[in-house]
Amino acid sequence: MALMDLANPTRFLALSGRVLPWLTALALATLAVGFFLAFRAPSDYQQGETVKIMYIHVPFAWLAMFGYSLMALSALGILVWRHPLADVAHKAMAPIGAVFAFLCLVTGSLWGRPMWGTYWVWDARLTSMLVLLLLYLGLLALRSAIEDPNQAGRAAAVLSLVGFVNVPIVKFSVDWWNTLHQPASVFRMDGPTIHSSLLWPLMICAVGFTLLMLALHMAAMRNEIYRRRLRVLEARAAAEAAYA
Amino acid sequence: MLGEHGSFILACYGVSALVLGTLALWTVLDGRLVRRQLGELEARGVRRRSAGTPEA
Repeated sequence: MALMDLANPTRFLALSGRVLPWLTALALATLAVGFFLAFRAPSDYQQGETVKIMYIHVPFAWLAMFGYSLMALSALGILVWRHPLADVAHKAMAPIGAVFAFLCLVTGSLWGRPMWGTYWVWDARLTSMLVLLLLYLGLLALRSAIEDPNQAGRAAAVLSLVGFVNVPIVKFSVDWWNTLHQPASVFRMDGPTIHSSLLWPLMICAVGFTLLMLALHMAAMRNEIYRRRLRVLEARAAAEAAYA
Repeated sequence: MLGEHGSFILACYGVSALVLGTLALWTVLDGRLVRRQLGELEARGVRRRSAGTPEA
């Protein structure tokens, strides 16, 4: 069976209906283990107990970028293959990605106050993450502003591809500019600079939040497929009523 | 246990739990609402072409 055949809304509903409960349970179990280890992990020699914020802030930042990258891939599916499931995936990810970007900014701000002495600075990392949140919100606004769903999907796909240029800017902003935000300490060419006693809980929390995001995305995609079917049936019911 | 900055740590986890919980709840409720509306239309005999004709 070809991969494109699997990407069929009806098959997706059948498959996701079986996978979703297990995926949700796995996400919650992984997060429970991650938080247990995070709260048993030693405090940082400089940041003290506030390092506990890292176990949620860093996954939120990674997943805000991951969500946008998935949207950019879906945008290719919309524009190149005109695949309906790509449009569904694109639309369903926007509010979820926006939530993760928002939480990244809020938790970062609450971490910054005790460590930097301020909730906010206009440095490259913070500003580029704010731009990412605004891109998510802009995509949501664009979809709701255009009545024709096909046109809205294509416009949102183009905007998300243009906006994708911001993702590497977020990632490398701490290397390209002099920022108050610390440089990368996990995904580095010379390996992580975090001690394994802090790194392991962080990675387990990151896996848990990734599974949670995928579960939320799968559920939102199912809702969107049903919503499109509902729209078709409502149009048919209205047409039948007009003939009667 | 959480040191002098415990309120910041608790605020981070609290806001995250609240926002993610709201997102999850909204997703579940949205799904229920759409499926209920779809079920009501199908019960009235309005069906997708690929779903076949309703039984007499």
